[in-house]
Amino acid sequence: MFGPALWRFGGTADPLQEMQRLQREMNRVFSGLDQAVSRETPPVNAWVGEGDVIVTAELPGVDPANVELSVVGDTLTISGSREPEALKEGENYHRQERSYGRFTRSLQLPFHVETAKVEARYDRGILQITLPRAEADKPRKISVKSE
Amino acid sequence: MDKAMEYQKKPATTPVEMERTRNRRVYVPKVDIIETPDAMVLYADMPGTDENSVEVTVEKNVLTIAGTVNGKGFEGRSMAYAEYDVGDYERVFTISDEVDRDRIEAIVKNGVLKLVLRKAPHAEAKKITVRTQ
Repeated sequence: MFGPALWRFGGTADPLQEMQRLQREMNRVFSGLDQAVSRETPPVNAWVGEGDVIVTAELPGVDPANVELSVVGDTLTISGSREPEALKEGENYHRQERSYGRFTRSLQLPFHVETAKVEARYDRGILQITLPRAEADKPRKISVKSE
Repeated sequence: MDKAMEYQKKPATTPVEMERTRNRRVYVPKVDIIETPDAMVLYADMPGTDENSVEVTVEKNVLTIAGTVNGKGFEGRSMAYAEYDVGDYERVFTISDEVDRDRIEAIVKNGVLKLVLRKAPHAEAKKITVRTQ
């Protein structure tokens, strides 16, 4: 949906550029082209704080054992699979709207993370991943001295 | 051609658009419906809901499933990127008389609602043997 540079909402965003991007985005939405291109699964939300970033994804009915997470540098990859309901003899589908199968999703984070301290929990069909910012990546405050 | 169009059936919609008291988005959950010999089993994807926030009601032949989601942010963090929106769920189905109203079973697990709509005994398929004379 978006390009790799996700973190464009910084304090120094160029408003003109942002407007042009929005216009492109709108044209894309109304051109109907998007329907042919499958959206990335699962969709994710991200909250950024001083010391960490929290990524959430809606993954209803997925066995947590079937979800794999990996972090390389500042890229988080979520992959896994959802199994269809096993049909027994004499059972048949009237409707099948839910999707099944494998999914893989990569996301660029705003900073490098402390890989060893990444935590993930799965509750009510929502996957929540907390990724603490790497110590080495944290901004360092430099005091200015006067002579 | 115009004549033929007139007789086209129209898809059902709610007669009057209902106003909700909560100012939130409402989503139609995706469902799978499986028919088994003695029941209809419905699975609905409703991430963010649990057994306390899902409501299933049957009134006459209208089955309504509704779920409320409390999507709150995280303290000390601001939303930086969003691909999905959090909202409630609602979907209405018409069920036939053969569903036993008193034996409907609902389970929520991992954000998926499973509804078992058992068929009333008299509606269970009866096999009729065909004989020759």
